[in-house]
Formats: sequence, C-alpha cells, structure tokens
Amino acid sequence: MSLAEQPASAQRTGIEITASDITKEYPGVRALAGVSLELRAGEVHAIVGENGAGKSTLIKVLSGAVEPTSGTIVVDGQEYDKLTPALAQELGIAVIYQEFTLVPTLNAAENVYLGHYIRQGPVLDRKRMYQLSEQLFRRLGVRIDPRKLVGDLTTGYQQIVEIAKALSRNARVLIMDEPSAPLTASEVEAMYAVVDALRAEGMTIVYISHRMEEIFRLSDRVSVLRDGKYVATRNTSETTRRELISLMVGRELTEGYPTRDFEPGEVTLRVDGLSGNGVTGIGFEARAGEILGFAGLIGAGRTELMELLFGAKPIESGEVTLHGRSVVSRSPIQAIANRIALVPEDRKRHGLILPFTIQQNITLPLLKKKLSKGVVVSPRAERDLTKEYMADLRIKAPSGSAVVGNLSGGNQQKVVLAKWLATDPEVLIFDEPTRGIDVGARAEIYLIINRLAQAGKTILIVSSDMEELIGMSDRVVVLREGIQEGILHKHEITQEAVMALAAQGEPE
Amino acid sequence: MKNTLLPRLKDFGIVLVLVVLVIAFSVLTPHFLDPSNIFNIARQVATLGIVAVGFSFVLITGGIDLSVGYQISLNVVVTGMLMAQVGVPWYVACLVALALGTLIGVINGIIVTFTGVAPLIVTLSMMMILNGVSYLISKGLPIFGFPKEFSLLGQGAVLGVIPVSLFFLIAVWAVGLFILNKTYIGRYFYAIGNNVEAARLSGVNTRRTLIFVYALCGFFTAIGAILLLSRLNSAQSATGAGFEFSVLTACVLGGISVMGGRGSLFGAFIGVLIVGVLDNGLVLMNVSEYVQLVIKGAILLTAVIYDAMSKNAPGRRKQIGGVPLTVPAAPASAS
Repeated sequence: MSLAEQPASAQRTGIEITASDITKEYPGVRALAGVSLELRAGEVHAIVGENGAGKSTLIKVLSGAVEPTSGTIVVDGQEYDKLTPALAQELGIAVIYQEFTLVPTLNAAENVYLGHYIRQGPVLDRKRMYQLSEQLFRRLGVRIDPRKLVGDLTTGYQQIVEIAKALSRNARVLIMDEPSAPLTASEVEAMYAVVDALRAEGMTIVYISHRMEEIFRLSDRVSVLRDGKYVATRNTSETTRRELISLMVGRELTEGYPTRDFEPGEVTLRVDGLSGNGVTGIGFEARAGEILGFAGLIGAGRTELMELLFGAKPIESGEVTLHGRSVVSRSPIQAIANRIALVPEDRKRHGLILPFTIQQNITLPLLKKKLSKGVVVSPRAERDLTKEYMADLRIKAPSGSAVVGNLSGGNQQKVVLAKWLATDPEVLIFDEPTRGIDVGARAEIYLIINRLAQAGKTILIVSSDMEELIGMSDRVVVLREGIQEGILHKHEITQEAVMALAAQGEPE
Repeated sequence: MKNTLLPRLKDFGIVLVLVVLVIAFSVLTPHFLDPSNIFNIARQVATLGIVAVGFSFVLITGGIDLSVGYQISLNVVVTGMLMAQVGVPWYVACLVALALGTLIGVINGIIVTFTGVAPLIVTLSMMMILNGVSYLISKGLPIFGFPKEFSLLGQGAVLGVIPVSLFFLIAVWAVGLFILNKTYIGRYFYAIGNNVEAARLSGVNTRRTLIFVYALCGFFTAIGAILLLSRLNSAQSATGAGFEFSVLTACVLGGISVMGGRGSLFGAFIGVLIVGVLDNGLVLMNVSEYVQLVIKGAILLTAVIYDAMSKNAPGRRKQIGGVPLTVPAAPASAS
C-alpha cells in the first residue's frame, strides 16, 4: 500500500519544526536576518508582519523553495541546512498559497491526486480516487462532489480541494498563506471550520494573515516579523491587537479606523432603477461628504454595479444623476468627464500599467485633455502633476520615473489613487481599497479616504472586509444576487445585520 | 520605457550585430563598402524602413499586421494601372494609393477592435483577400510604362548620388519618432500594448487608438509601396509577397516585442539596416535565394526566441511558451 492509499481517516499528528537563525540574502537585499521560530506540534501558529517583513521568504525556506544563506531547520528532531521541495514534501510540509495550483478542467478528485494518481497497472482507479477524496472532504467537514470540475467550484471549495490535495500527500504541517484573502465572508467561516477540524486532528498549522480578527479567532500563538527580523512570539490569549500592531510596525499606531465628523451635505449622486451587468433595479442616494459602503457576498453584484456607474460596462436601464444632471456613462472616458472615478478591485490588472513609471500611470487619464498641447505631451506639466500628488499622498519612491511594478502594494494603491485624484472627481468609488496592503499603508489609505469625504466628495466603498466596511461607512447598501436588499444606517450597521441581509436564504 | 529614443543595452547588442555584419561583408565581397553600393542599400531599405515604422506601432499596441506585404501588392497594381492604363497623373495615382492603404488599415483596425478576433488571424485573412484581389485586377500580368517624373521618386538622386527615397525614409522616421515619443498617442500605444483593459479604464479611447494605429500602418505602407513601384518600374501582384516577414524580422531584431508594449524605433531602425545589409551582402556573395530564405528564417526565429526569453520586464505577466501572436490586442469588451 502506498502512502497515498492509507485510509484517509487515519489520525496523524503534527510535527515540530524549529528554524534557527535563518538568514536569506539576495544581491543587495537581506530578506531574512537571523530569524528563529519554533513551531510546536499541533498548534495553530500565526505569523504576522507588514509587506516585506519576510513572511513569504520564511515560508519558502520552510517549504524548500528557497535555500537559506545560513541557519538550520530541525524537523522532527532531524537537523537540516536546507530543505528541497521534494524533501519538504516527504517530511509532510505543505503550503496552501493564495493562488491555487489546481487544474480547472479536471475534477476535484483528479486534482486531489494530481501527480500521484491511484492506478491499477497503467489504468486510473477512479472509483478509489473518488472514494478517498470523498473521505478527505468529509474529514474537512464539507461535502464536495469529487466528480465536479474544479473550475465550477466556488473559490472557497477550490481552497478546500487544495487542502485535501496536501492531506492526500500526508501533510503534517500546513502552511496557509493569507487563506482568507480570496474568500467571501461566509467562505471564510467555512475555512475556519476546516482549520478547527485539522487542529482537532493534531495538525501543525502555520497561518499567515493581515487580518487581526482571524488571528485572534484561530491561532494559539502568534509570531511577529518586521523588516526580515524576528520580533516576538506571544500566546494569542495573552496579547492584544494594539500590541501586535505596534510590534509589526515598530511604533504605536492608532488602532482601527480614524474618526470623522460626518455632516451630511446635499444629495449629490442619485441612482434610480439601475440595471445591467448582472444587477437589477438598484436605487440609492449619496450625499456630499458621505462614505457609502457596499456589502454583499462575492457574486452579489457590488463590483458589477460600480462598473456600471463608471461606464466600464453598458447600462441596460435606469438613471444616474449627479447634482440633478444625468451622468449615465457609456465609457470610462465619459465617466471621467462626469467626474466619477473608480479605484478598481484588481489593482494589477485594471488599476495600473505595471511596466509604466509612476508618472506615466498618474498622468494617463489626463494626458490628452490636460497635459498635451494639441497632440504633444508637455513633459513639464507631467512632472509637476506627478510631484504634486507624490508629495500629497506620500508615495515612497525615489522619483516619478520609478516603475510601478516594483513598488509595494500600498504604494501601488497610492499611485492608483493619485491618478484618480488628479482628475478632480466628485464621486470616488473604491473597490476593495486595502486588499493586499499592509497595516501601515492601510491606515494611510483610510486617512486619505476620510480627508476626501471631509472635502465634500461622495465616496462609495465596496469591501469584503466587514470590519473595514463597518469602520468606514456612514451607511451600508447590502446587495444579494444582483438585487439591493436594504440600506443600513450608521447606528444599525453590525456584522450580524449586514450578514442577515447579504446571506438571506443562502443554504450555507 | 522612459527614453524610448535612446538606445538601451539590448539595443547596443543589436548594433554590434550590424557592425559585425558590415565588417564581414566588406571583407568577403570587394564592392560592399563602395559608396554606390551603400546608396544602393539605402534605396533598397527605403520601403522596408518606412513600412517598419507603422508595423512597429502595431506591434507595440500588442497587435500585428500580416497584410502589409499584399497591401503593397494591391497598391502597386492599382497605382500602376491608374498611371499606365487609365492615364491619370502620377500624383493623383499616388494619392489614391495613400487613401487605399489607409482604408485597408481602417478595415483591419475596425475588425480587430470590434470583434476581438486575434490580429494575427484578421490580418492573415486580409492578406489572402488582398493577394486575390491584386491578381484579379492585374490578371496576373506585369504592369509597366509609367511617367518619367514618377520614376524619380524611387530612382532619382540629389546631387547625383543621394537617393531621393532616402529623404522619404528620413521624413517618415521623423514623423514616427515624433508620434511615438512626443505625443499622447504614442503613450497610448505603449499603454494598450502593456494592458489594454487598464488603459481603457484610465480613459484611453482604446478602440479609436487601435483603429488609428492600423490606419497609420496602412498609410505608411502605401508610401513604401509607391517608392517600391517607382524603383522597380513595374507592378505585379507578387511584388509584396513575403514582405511582411522581412518587416517582422527587422522589428523583432530591433527589440520590438511581439508581445506588445515594448520597443523603440531606434531598435527597429537598426533591425531594418541589418535586414537590408544581409539582403544586399548575400546577393553580392551570390548566395542562392533559397539559402537566403533559410538564413532569414533562422534569424527571425532567433530574434523571436530572444524576445520570448527576455520578457522579464518588471511586472510583465509570465507567459509560458510565449505565444504572443495569438493574443488579441483588444478584447471584445473594449469600448
């Protein structure tokens, strides 16, 4: 019987890993500087740190993808200078990355056993693979049809297939890299349940996350990295958010969301019976200086609604007015002229041209109308505009000619913001404004959004981060399956109230 | 990216290739470096160089125009017949050619932007159509007998030695450099080639820009066709056959990425010279036409492989296997 064919129900215990004094140097950069970390068998160990703190490099060292410059790794009492991917797999160390390594056109069972298919001679033993996959899924507390194509599964289920894949290879340490990032709120709950189930089996779990909520919900201990160095490890039950955040950023940081006095101005944006792009009959008003949040599960139509308002997708029917003037936009060009801006959800695909410089990105929407005489671009006007917004938003880069693809997530997001602020919009739409951004930059983005609201702009925010939505919004519009379920006012906004509307009638 | 005009390290490499070729041919053939041969090369590369400007622009937007060869064929046949058989003045015939070239480009551009079909397929189909049409019009027969003034364009010389076509080449390059490096349109080309959806969402009129780039390519190709017709003094439906691959070779050699978004006209210029020098040198060495084909094919392949392997520009999405020619420049949703 091969390893893969061991009964899936067999109890396995997690293992201990001790990393000592791990240093990893790249030419000119020290990604890890003498990091030591002790993982106890069967614990859920969270690792937190800002972007660039060295979390990814540490994962790569532990999974054998990267060879450390110096230091040792002790696994199950055996000392190693370095691991290789094959060795890590043999030792039972598995990583669940944010981007799944699944083949969408194969079914769930075929993905679980990809690379170590169960065979009888040269023939696939599908029946057994289905059986064993089903057992694995059951162990994780979910029912997934092993015959279903992975491409047809929700992101949450895909992640579970990915975890089952690791289990099928007898993983004893599961490293999860920001597992909640791609998931909706209800999927996150399901993922927590999976983590709990694995913990109950005694699996060692390394949990990497930006989100404080999850760390306190799931982990037994938490270690903090900063600038490639190990800072501290705490028992989760004995620490606070405030302490963790200050350990991460190395300074005291005001926790949570900046306060703001909202004095409702006049109604600016009015949406009435808006349909198209998968949403139907949306209607709301937003005021100058107001931050209007949009909640809903993935697929509820929030991003789709914003695409309509920004003219990125065609409107089928309905009316949108700004100060009583119709601003139904049939293209982003019209939306910009109507003084509507969209900071898109997918920064790298829709927000930026990564090989372009900061300057070329910031000036793109204005290049033709404002920064050119005839067809000729004025380099001076471009430079001045870039300087102004780089200073205003504190974009950290040597100059405007730095390529945005090389910037951190937070700075990239600021470039997107700068680009849109330069167009002097009256309505600013933020779709997942802090996704993939570290704590420090996140706080800065919140402050900028608040400042814009204070300046009388109308702000729409879509976010799957419930705390963020509740912390920032004056009112929240809840969508479900393309339909508006309700609008909650400041005093009514609670996670429960939002979820009640967002998940109505959902089987989960 | 910032200084598209200035040569970068990669371009220096290609300059070195050119220098080595020139030295090799001057050693191997006695007359290669004769002034008359140098001007001969200039005359020969005029059309290639002019078409390469528009072609580079199309490549930079992430597209390709395989129909340029038979655009030349149709243009020379139509222009030739207008002069030799209909008897219209040569300059009117030239204007018709320019309009025709632009129109073909507009049609290419409209199909590419509004259907989302890969430019490779659109322009390949156009290439076959134009090939057929130019045969039908000319009935496959050569056309000749043009006014003397017309032949001056491609054959004439200023001060007895400097070819007139060289001035056309320089003028088109100047216009090309201006558009690409000084205007917002040039920036749009790069923006679209790197990320058409981000460009659209930033308020770039991606459709108009793409139609413009194919139209410009058609316009420049028509100028090239006129010079070629004038130099050859005879028009045939086969005149432009295979030309698209010479242009593609020149551009890719010069570092214009077939994946879009990258490259400079300086590089393309060196690429054109390399192809021109090779053509000329191999003929001087009496290398057979078939051997020449093998050499040119091998060079194109090398250049494309080099392009695919050096696609590690920051932020560039990894593309396994690098099959860029099938990547549509504009998805159907672009507006």
